Amino acid sequence: MRHILSVLLENEPGALSRVVGLFSARGYNIDSLTVSPTEDATMSRMTIVTHGNDDVIEQITKQLNKLIEVVKVVDLTDGNHIERELMLVKVRAAGKDREEIKRMADIFRGRILDVTSKSYTIELTGDGSKLDAFLAAIEPEFILETVRTGASGIGRGERILKI
Amino acid sequence: MTQKTTPGPQLTGAEIVVRCLAEEGVKFVFGYPGGAVLNIYDEIFKQDKFKHVLVRHEQAAVHAADAYSRSSQDVGVCLVTSGPGVTNAVTGIATAYMDSVPIVIISGQVPTHAIGQDAFQECDTVGITRPCVKHNFLVKDVRDLAVTIKKAFYIARTGRPGPVLVDIPKDVTANKCAFEYPREISMRSYQPQGKGHGGQIKKAVQLLLDAKRPMIYTGGGIILNDAAPELTRLVRRLGYPITNTLMGLGGYPATDPQFLGMPGMHGTYEANMAMQECDVLIAIGARFDDRVIGNPGHFYREGRKIIHIDIDPSSISKRVRVDVPIVGYVKDVLAEMNDLIDASEKQPDQAALKAWWTQIKTWQAKECLKYRNSDEVIKPQFVVQKLYEITGGDAFITSDVGQHQMWAAQYYKFDKPRRWINSGGLGTMGVGLPYAMGVQLAHPDATVACITGEASIQMCIQELSTCRQYHIPVKIVNLNNRYLGMVRQWQEFFYGNRHAESYMDALPDFVKLAEAYGHHGIRIEKPGDVEGALREAFKHREKLFFLDFITDQTENVFPMVPGGKGLTEMILAEEL
Repeated sequence: MRHILSVLLENEPGALSRVVGLFSARGYNIDSLTVSPTEDATMSRMTIVTHGNDDVIEQITKQLNKLIEVVKVVDLTDGNHIERELMLVKVRAAGKDREEIKRMADIFRGRILDVTSKSYTIELTGDGSKLDAFLAAIEPEFILETVRTGASGIGRGERILKI
Repeated sequence: MTQKTTPGPQLTGAEIVVRCLAEEGVKFVFGYPGGAVLNIYDEIFKQDKFKHVLVRHEQAAVHAADAYSRSSQDVGVCLVTSGPGVTNAVTGIATAYMDSVPIVIISGQVPTHAIGQDAFQECDTVGITRPCVKHNFLVKDVRDLAVTIKKAFYIARTGRPGPVLVDIPKDVTANKCAFEYPREISMRSYQPQGKGHGGQIKKAVQLLLDAKRPMIYTGGGIILNDAAPELTRLVRRLGYPITNTLMGLGGYPATDPQFLGMPGMHGTYEANMAMQECDVLIAIGARFDDRVIGNPGHFYREGRKIIHIDIDPSSISKRVRVDVPIVGYVKDVLAEMNDLIDASEKQPDQAALKAWWTQIKTWQAKECLKYRNSDEVIKPQFVVQKLYEITGGDAFITSDVGQHQMWAAQYYKFDKPRRWINSGGLGTMGVGLPYAMGVQLAHPDATVACITGEASIQMCIQELSTCRQYHIPVKIVNLNNRYLGMVRQWQEFFYGNRHAESYMDALPDFVKLAEAYGHHGIRIEKPGDVEGALREAFKHREKLFFLDFITDQTENVFPMVPGGKGLTEMILAEEL
């Protein structure tokens, strides 16, 4: 099953490699990982999307907590949550296709950030399945390049992850 | 980069390192100098708070510090230089990590401006050691040095203990700042949960008192947390059978009738059967290792309840699902359980317990550790038994890894904790001699013997030189069967008896070798000479003796649970 883990950790050199090293050393999966400092610059927040059965997720959570620099770990999928991912996609848009691509971007509430005579660069935000759907809706030969951030997640309502 | 000046007398990083170690009460530092740590060595030269022990290879420095800690409960300390100094140390660090031994490794690093330039003797120490330490640090600013060393000792000894490495670039050891050693340390990201959950402890006590066929299974956690007195009290009070894992030997007196011997791959028949057939199993400071429970699928029993006490939450429900998990220091949890049992009106069901012991006695009647002794050829088990007799069961025993390790564990009965020092988790051949050095330095007046084999001993044989330099009078008991015995045993059982590269040819004359290093050696070839040689060696308290016992080449370790099999699928000696 897919899980989204939110991790608060010390913003120190090497902390990221400890997390990544843990996943590779113990054979856990990382579907995506994002990390950035929080409003408190001494702390980073990481969102890890992973999958595994309950036993595996329990071990991942425990092993993450065991890392000295990790302050807190929460499995967002335990409750209601919001997740968003950003994608930048460069698509071929020349001649009669320009209008069609523009329309598609509008449907997915994308924004065109950059334009040349032959291409558009589109920004899209949403959960992973929305981004997948956009890519599926466009003919593969039109897609020149994509880059995705991986999911960031936060709990809904009053659920707050903070120390 | 400009350095902010701090008030007070200015000390160099090297001076700070030495002052910190003194503040921590360190008595011995095991190490080997080199370019990146020369500033530190210069300060060591000028002080007399602790002694430096110059090993002959960095691996041995870590092993010695590791054994110093295992035998004494103090944090062991070692000091190595950058690059090869660190890479040589890695085996030692991984060994300590697998057995949760608190040590602090200080390593030199190339100057901060040279990091990443492929400088001479540079390696990514923090990267290389990351997977085999509890934590590591690279100190880039001398002002962080004292607090980092304080953190290193704190992290090493608290929670589930383990090795912590502090990597110090050479310029940091030369830079200056004011020195103040922090009295206390608090880290928001590291707060080990030490106190067990009261409700869970109550539940565990209820389960234990309700048990009809109870079994107590304890591991290295009892030793590391000095919980042997609390454990012994619990076991005696309840009258239940107990087994200690390889790492837990000495946690409960082996000569006590409630002790069933060691469990696992080479455990006793009775311990393994009781582990499997009990209705309530309590695991304390143990981790259901593959060498202890065999195949977890086979180990599972419908209806059997499992209580698991451990300081490390990730050890719980890792390989085996448990019913009552308790996270906490085993010493405190056991003390609380003892109080609850004392206060409880409910007492163990004596009739059920009697029936259970009757069952256990039928398993014990198999005498699974019986072996056929010989007048012609020396049996390795016989040597260990004689060693036990002659040392009155009161020696510190270190071992290497292989058949001799299992015979030592099976036939030397450890009544006290911290007397049995071996590499259980990583299974590192070569630890025996440096372990013996570390133990002897921690206990200068104690009897220390290293039970080893002719293959293992050669992996750190150079330390005979260190023993000479520091007058470390350990006794080496070499069970020399001219084979990599455990490899040969597996080849006999599982590889059609093809002895691929498991034969030790061109062995040195160990007696002459010992003499070349300035020690004494005796070669023993007849069973009748075993006792005399041991007595001779142990008579000379101040001398290192290398006893080269030429043992039976064909002897195997029994019982044996083949890899991947279940605990009740043991092969016994009599069945062959």
